[in-house]
Amino acid sequence: MTDVAADDLDAFRGEACAWLAENFPASLRGGQDPTRAPGPQVLTPDQTLWKQRMADKGWATPTWPAAYGGGGLSAAQARALQQEMDRTGAYNPMYGMGLMMLGPTLLEVASEAQKARHIPPIVRGEVRWCQGFSEPGAGSDLASLATRAEDRGDHFLVNGQKTWTSGGQYADWCFCLVRTDTARKHAGISFVLFDMKTPGVEVRPMKLISGASPFCETFLTDVVVPKENLVGPLNGGWDIAKRLLQHERTGISGNAKPAAADVPLAELAKRYVGLDAAGRLAEPDLRARIAANDMAAHAFQLTAERVLKETKSGSPSAGSSILKNAGTRMGQERDELRLEILGMAGIGWEGEGFEDGELRAVRTWLAGKATTIYGGSQEVQSNIISKRILGLPESTQG
Amino acid sequence: MAILTEEQAMLRDMAKGWAQEKNPVAAFRRMRDSGAPLGYDPVAWREMAQMGWAGVLIPEDHGGSDFGYLSMGLLLEETGRTLTASPLLASAVAAASTLRLGGSDAQKAKWLPTIAAGETVATLAVDEGPRHAPGQVALRAERAGDGYRLFGAKRFVLEGEGADLLIVSARTAGDPGDLEGITLFLVPGDAAGLTRARLSLADCRGAADVFFDGVALGDDAVLGTPGEGFALLDKALDRARAGLAAEMLGAASQAFEATVDYLKTRVQFGQLIGSFQALQHRAGRMFMELELTRSTVEATLAAIDAGSPDAPLLASLAKAKAGETFNLVSNEMVQMHGGIGMTDAHDAGLYLKRARAAEATFGGQAFHRDRYARLKGY
Ligand SMILES: Cc1cc2nc3c(=O)[nH]c(=O)nc-3n(C[C@H](O)[C@H](O)[C@H](O)COP(=O)(O)OP(=O)(O)OC[C@H]3O[C@@H](n4cnc5c(N)ncnc54)[C@H](O)[C@@H]3O)c2cc1C
Repeated sequence: MTDVAADDLDAFRGEACAWLAENFPASLRGGQDPTRAPGPQVLTPDQTLWKQRMADKGWATPTWPAAYGGGGLSAAQARALQQEMDRTGAYNPMYGMGLMMLGPTLLEVASEAQKARHIPPIVRGEVRWCQGFSEPGAGSDLASLATRAEDRGDHFLVNGQKTWTSGGQYADWCFCLVRTDTARKHAGISFVLFDMKTPGVEVRPMKLISGASPFCETFLTDVVVPKENLVGPLNGGWDIAKRLLQHERTGISGNAKPAAADVPLAELAKRYVGLDAAGRLAEPDLRARIAANDMAAHAFQLTAERVLKETKSGSPSAGSSILKNAGTRMGQERDELRLEILGMAGIGWEGEGFEDGELRAVRTWLAGKATTIYGGSQEVQSNIISKRILGLPESTQG
Repeated sequence: MAILTEEQAMLRDMAKGWAQEKNPVAAFRRMRDSGAPLGYDPVAWREMAQMGWAGVLIPEDHGGSDFGYLSMGLLLEETGRTLTASPLLASAVAAASTLRLGGSDAQKAKWLPTIAAGETVATLAVDEGPRHAPGQVALRAERAGDGYRLFGAKRFVLEGEGADLLIVSARTAGDPGDLEGITLFLVPGDAAGLTRARLSLADCRGAADVFFDGVALGDDAVLGTPGEGFALLDKALDRARAGLAAEMLGAASQAFEATVDYLKTRVQFGQLIGSFQALQHRAGRMFMELELTRSTVEATLAAIDAGSPDAPLLASLAKAKAGETFNLVSNEMVQMHGGIGMTDAHDAGLYLKRARAAEATFGGQAFHRDRYARLKGY
């Protein structure tokens, strides 16, 4: 980086710092972020104000073009902004699949009209998106999907079933993979967008092992999708889906960061296990494993930072598979260690006798089991690494 | 597989038939969804008792069959397979063992016959914090006239909500952490000054915190020698740990078999997912771990039956190994099932939750690694 660029960055940092000081409501400082569950959010007036201000500024999507309401920042500026937000204790009020996956993909492949229509509401956190990819018979082998879209002149007629649709019951819109050619597998898939209120769209929520019901089976019966909602070329959906999944993986590995409300393992262990006379955690076995997880997190964080710097645009690549597997493994180990530290308090389900943090640890642990399954399972990522990155030959056994 | 006597083979077959046909995982799920306050189905427990299962460790002259720990292990393994929730472990293993090992003739005559019949549900009330630490006893037993008064609390007492009899470790001398000065007491569940708070656990088994506010007991409530209760408790706990390890082995075995079945049915990329070597090797590893676990469980139960001095070391080995294996298998069960394994409607989550709860009960892997090393002198 040249000195001029460094000066510019310092100037931007000062600007960001001043804007945050003025605009991030003091009452939200050090408090808890509002829930990021897929359901309706109940925001306090100050949380609403913060969301509004970030929407106006475009800083929830800092690198997206200003023309669509984004922040128009460079990757380096966005990093500086994030650091300043972390320092201030400010959180990003926007979240969800539109922000994490669809938006970045549309910016790369969609038509001008589609971008103008769909990007601004994502920037402002006004439209909730869901992902209609998986089907009962098409999970890891996503390209075997069978949901049909028939060409009916000015529209497609869509019939089939999607499943594991996260937030399907709350979503306003769906980005969906459909089969437009039955003769070809990958080259017969198209990427379409539809309004979840379209007649023929029916969702049935399913309960997860964590007790929450964040996802659905989605049934599509004679759903009319206007042709203008086809993204990219007809039968060109697979490449778009692959690109979107890279963004998804990068987002999932970003979730490796523990929630702000969760006490770090070492602090938790000090409380539940205690210290010995020399000030070390009283159980050497547990101490060593907490240190190992801490080191895994540290190495992961350094890698994530390095990848971000090395890919100039900050845009994800095949390396997203490495980050996803490393981040989710480390996160799952952390969740297991947290339960272990808590002992019997780490198997509470609800009600009296448990602290909030204890109950949250159990639900977080259970929900976290999905991170090695969705976004392309851990096994599928390992296949991508060995085949696409390492160039190892196709296995005769898959 | 251990060489079983004819009696043991019959017992195992009976248990297998009952668990798989009358008490499959679906029965556990029904119990859970009905919000059963005790954490088990009393009708199923009555059936188990009628088959004599609650008396397997109880001498014949007190109404039991005295079949021994290997036999009890078979029952726990078979009922563990289907996640059957019952007081078998707390009452018929942990409490019955403590009474048998340390009770006076009068105490045994009073309690063992009804425990054997399943009419009395008894349990050990040991831990005072969330992490298993049987020496950390702060609950006080104060001398009062001819007897004692108990003050303090026990946490996470298995079947604590419904137990008719609690065997409580209390401090009669020394400080928390001292192994001397601990005395065991037999406390009837309806004693004045005893209150309970039911706990809702992820695995839906029965547990409660129990509070003692001046519970008055006579001298005849002392189990074993006053002040020397820890040795008795430790011995009884090893029997409970061995029993729990057998239950975990059963649960892990069924979770494994269900997973292998899925590998043989689910198709992706035009082939059975079981044809992927990445999954085959992990299935092979799980099978190996289950075999290792079985050896440790059977050796522990046999050592207890034989009165071997190795029993404590083996109990820690078996409990640690079973914890490791059950965690591995239940995690893999979810992972290898993909999305469906994350749904509440599938059984994978039930095994996952039970694995964690069983791991934390009577000492987890770290506790038992430490104890194993100490017993080996390092
Ligand atoms: C909480 C949650 C939320 C989700 N949200 C969404 C959503 O919003 N939208 C959406 O479209 N989908 C969603 N999914 C679905 C998710 O993407 C799929 O579950 C995933 O792709 C795996 O597919 P599957 O469940 O059919 O498992 P399967 O593909 O049947 O896999 C079963 C097992 O086989 C393994 N396996 C498969 N192929 C191979 C191979 N070649 N080599 C080695 N191992 C292999 C898998 O890794 C897995 O362990 C969600 C899933 C979960 C759990």
